[in-house]
Amino acid sequence: MSQPFRTASGGLVDRGRALAFLFDGREYEGHPGDTLASALLANGVHRVSSGIRTGRPRGIFAAGVEEPNALVQIEEPFPEPMLTATTVELYDGLVARGLRGQGRLAADPDPGRYDGMYAHCDVLVIGAGPAGLAAAMVAASSGARVVVVDDQIRAGGSLLGTGEHLVWVDRVTAELEAAPEVRLLTRTTAFGYYDDNYVVAVQRRPGLPEHRARERVWRIRARRVVLATGAHERSLAFAGNDRPGVMLAGAARTYVNRYGVLPGRRAVVLTGNDSAHDAARDLAAAGVEIAAVADLRDGWAITGVAGTERVEAVTLRAPDGIERRLEADLLLVSGGWNPVGALYSQAGGRLVFDPGLAAFRPDGNCRQALEVAGAAAGSYKLGVCLAEGAAAGKRAAEAAGLVAGEIVLPAVTEPEVTPPLAVWTLPGGDPATAFVDLQRDVTVADLTRATGTGMRSAEHVKRYTTAGTAHDQGKTSGALTSGVIAELLGVEVGALGVTTFRPPFTPVSFAALAGRNRGMRFDPVRVTALHAWHEANGALFENVGQWRRPWYYPREGEDMAAAVLRECWAAREGVAMMDASTLGKIDVRGPDAAVFLDRLYTNMISTLAPGAIRYGVMCRPDGMVFDDGTVIRLAEDRFLVTTTTGNAAAVLDWMEEWLQTEWPELRVHCTSVTEQWATVALVGPDSRRVLATLAPALDVSREGFPFMTWRDTEVAGLEARVCRISFSGELAYEINVSWWDAVTLWEALLAAGAPLGITPYGTETMHVLRAEKGYPIIGQDTDGTVTPHDLGLSWAVSRKKADFLGRRSFSRTDTARPDRKQLVGLLPDAGTLLPEGSHLLTGPDETAALGHVTSSYHSAALGRTFALALVRGGRGLIGQTLWATLDDGVTPVAVTGSVLYDPEGTRRDG
Amino acid sequence: MMLIPCPWCGPRDESEFHYGGQAGVAYPAEPDALSDSEWAKYLFFRENPKGPFRERWSHSAGCRRWFSLVRDTVTNEVLR
Repeated sequence: MSQPFRTASGGLVDRGRALAFLFDGREYEGHPGDTLASALLANGVHRVSSGIRTGRPRGIFAAGVEEPNALVQIEEPFPEPMLTATTVELYDGLVARGLRGQGRLAADPDPGRYDGMYAHCDVLVIGAGPAGLAAAMVAASSGARVVVVDDQIRAGGSLLGTGEHLVWVDRVTAELEAAPEVRLLTRTTAFGYYDDNYVVAVQRRPGLPEHRARERVWRIRARRVVLATGAHERSLAFAGNDRPGVMLAGAARTYVNRYGVLPGRRAVVLTGNDSAHDAARDLAAAGVEIAAVADLRDGWAITGVAGTERVEAVTLRAPDGIERRLEADLLLVSGGWNPVGALYSQAGGRLVFDPGLAAFRPDGNCRQALEVAGAAAGSYKLGVCLAEGAAAGKRAAEAAGLVAGEIVLPAVTEPEVTPPLAVWTLPGGDPATAFVDLQRDVTVADLTRATGTGMRSAEHVKRYTTAGTAHDQGKTSGALTSGVIAELLGVEVGALGVTTFRPPFTPVSFAALAGRNRGMRFDPVRVTALHAWHEANGALFENVGQWRRPWYYPREGEDMAAAVLRECWAAREGVAMMDASTLGKIDVRGPDAAVFLDRLYTNMISTLAPGAIRYGVMCRPDGMVFDDGTVIRLAEDRFLVTTTTGNAAAVLDWMEEWLQTEWPELRVHCTSVTEQWATVALVGPDSRRVLATLAPALDVSREGFPFMTWRDTEVAGLEARVCRISFSGELAYEINVSWWDAVTLWEALLAAGAPLGITPYGTETMHVLRAEKGYPIIGQDTDGTVTPHDLGLSWAVSRKKADFLGRRSFSRTDTARPDRKQLVGLLPDAGTLLPEGSHLLTGPDETAALGHVTSSYHSAALGRTFALALVRGGRGLIGQTLWATLDDGVTPVAVTGSVLYDPEGTRRDG
Repeated sequence: MMLIPCPWCGPRDESEFHYGGQAGVAYPAEPDALSDSEWAKYLFFRENPKGPFRERWSHSAGCRRWFSLVRDTVTNEVLR
């Protein structure tokens, strides 16, 4: 018979439709409206998993997000590990299995889509139970923008579990859905509460076609928040409290009333408060035989739980001292109710122990603009919940400057409540089977061991035992753990306190958090105007910041080393060209531009004549090199500054920071023009001939166009700015044209240079060429602890300027030390390519490093390998031998000056 | 995610801003008049209070304005 534990009628499941699913290899059926847990129970399946440490059989313990036990792995349609059966909405074709502890991630990419949403509102109501619905209704009546989130598939909260006032719930739900300024989000769990009422929630959207997002993360900024998150029931610590068939009493009531499922045939109820009596009544009405209701307040005690795979019998000791063994397949427990204070705690609020409630509740003094209403505030009577919700909604509307109307709340009659018992450990039995955290398998014995070692803080015990660190995150285990520790230490539980709640409230998948920002959308990819050409011509790429730059262009049969040697050779002996468009370019303009740049750069910039170019170094005030590049003077009041590719944004920020905060009197404006100018470096002894072909109006002669000057002219019929600068030591030009004209220029250069064998080259060749000349790359050969003097760039540090950033620091004792790390060249034994990062030692058996290798290459021009390195007192060691570490030993290296190729600079002017 | 009041744009998400550290640490008027340790104090030493702290922010993903505010470092409340 299908679903033998499903009641004949009742509940909120759609009995007209059957959903087939597979659990642990067996076929079952459930109904729309079921969770995996309720469907399993309907089929008589209690055991779902095993304890992660103990391997003990484990069953379904709760009916919602607080479940610490029923861990499952979803296998179909897509693998998802470590979900709780109580939170998995049943669907047709679900394939799952029980999980002992850890799950398995999918080996394939997730085909599902995920998205992010943003919302701003006057009032955010978290929880659509009685208090939340009342708050939302009142707030909505004012015209406020209201967002309501609830983790269940429908509004109602605790009323779904008790089956009360569902007509009112349906009416309010319909009204909220119809209200124009209200957004009601079901299946949506608020999991993070951050500063200034920023709440993050995840929305599950099962059953949608694949092209629509299956989960969305909502990021909600609310003027005011109403926390109506309800309460979670907690367990009691007694031997055998983990057996399948042991269930929270309120959960059993939910299974009966909401899902039409009998969690067992014959139940024993163990409680220290009134609520379990209501559960017993509802279960009895549905046909569960209640063997006993043992109220701890009346002197009842539990002395044994029989059964391994499932509860078989419970032994109780009556107030008269007589023990009775009662056959039962269900043991319902209620150790009391904990207001769900996780979000309140995340918001910065404190939870205090309320002896009247026998629970921790929000202290009501949170600094954020929030209200707590209903059971979340420790008010368990329905009438009070409704009234508190309505009042919170009214205040929230008023805070938004609006006036709320009156709403009709359901009339409620409730019996007087007998105060609950603050009870934690029940004596007797083996404390190693009395669990406080079922998922982490933490027992009273573990807590005893922790306090026995001298721990006195709940936070320490949590970290030592891992109690409260699993899915549960303290929902069922937190207060219980604190209660047991307090008993062990003989202190008041209120004085001990509970551990701090942190986001997320429930587990959230990385896929949901990432949303659309994965794959190519993970980070912006920047490409130059020539990218398509590079791709079509076989370039391999490297990432430089967000830029994709051609790395090298291998020809058929070439590996990287061969390709780079060929490209280098072309630049040194013929003509070669590179896409240099990614260079950062900043237009600096204004009457005080020269003064401004004098303060930023270590060199003198103001003496630069319009038409000329200067290499410049920028330091931070501590004297460490921050960036370098060329400065082009376009006019008296206008400069074009280039920066390293990866540092362009940082340099612009740096300029604006000083202009705004220290030198507001300077009349200067800075504009990024990186993507307005495409730049092609034309390099090599034959570059002049190529340029002359394409720029007939330009005097390209040595005298007519000297080094470190620029000219505006036409190149290949395009408006161009040509700069006579070189990052290779060869005769070279940088040709700048409009981004739109880049391809035209590139192809014209290729055609004009073809007879001379013009060769495109990438960043690797650029690096080799510059390293052969000892030109440092900021960020590769430097690391924020390197001054211009350390790099051998003292010539670029002005002695004439009164001040500039970094100047004062050059005379600091530490910065002026002669044994600072300095940039030098290294020549290893023939053929050895030193690993970058390799440490440099004074002898083969020494261990203390003098420095490390920063750049290392094969050189076509030198016919050997070489490296650059930062070495303590390096310039004083030139001519000596050091030892570089390799993976399998050390190798000798000769220390040289940093300029290894053409130190006289004879090639610069062709 | 703090809500930070930009003087130009009004309250915006923290993710639009860059943090600039302690406010009111001016570049010394005469760096050469300072001893090494006084200069090091300017370079490297900053307050790290528990409580109100005047600090700099830049609305880097918005109007790019630099400004100062006082934030309680315990609660992240912007006090003024």
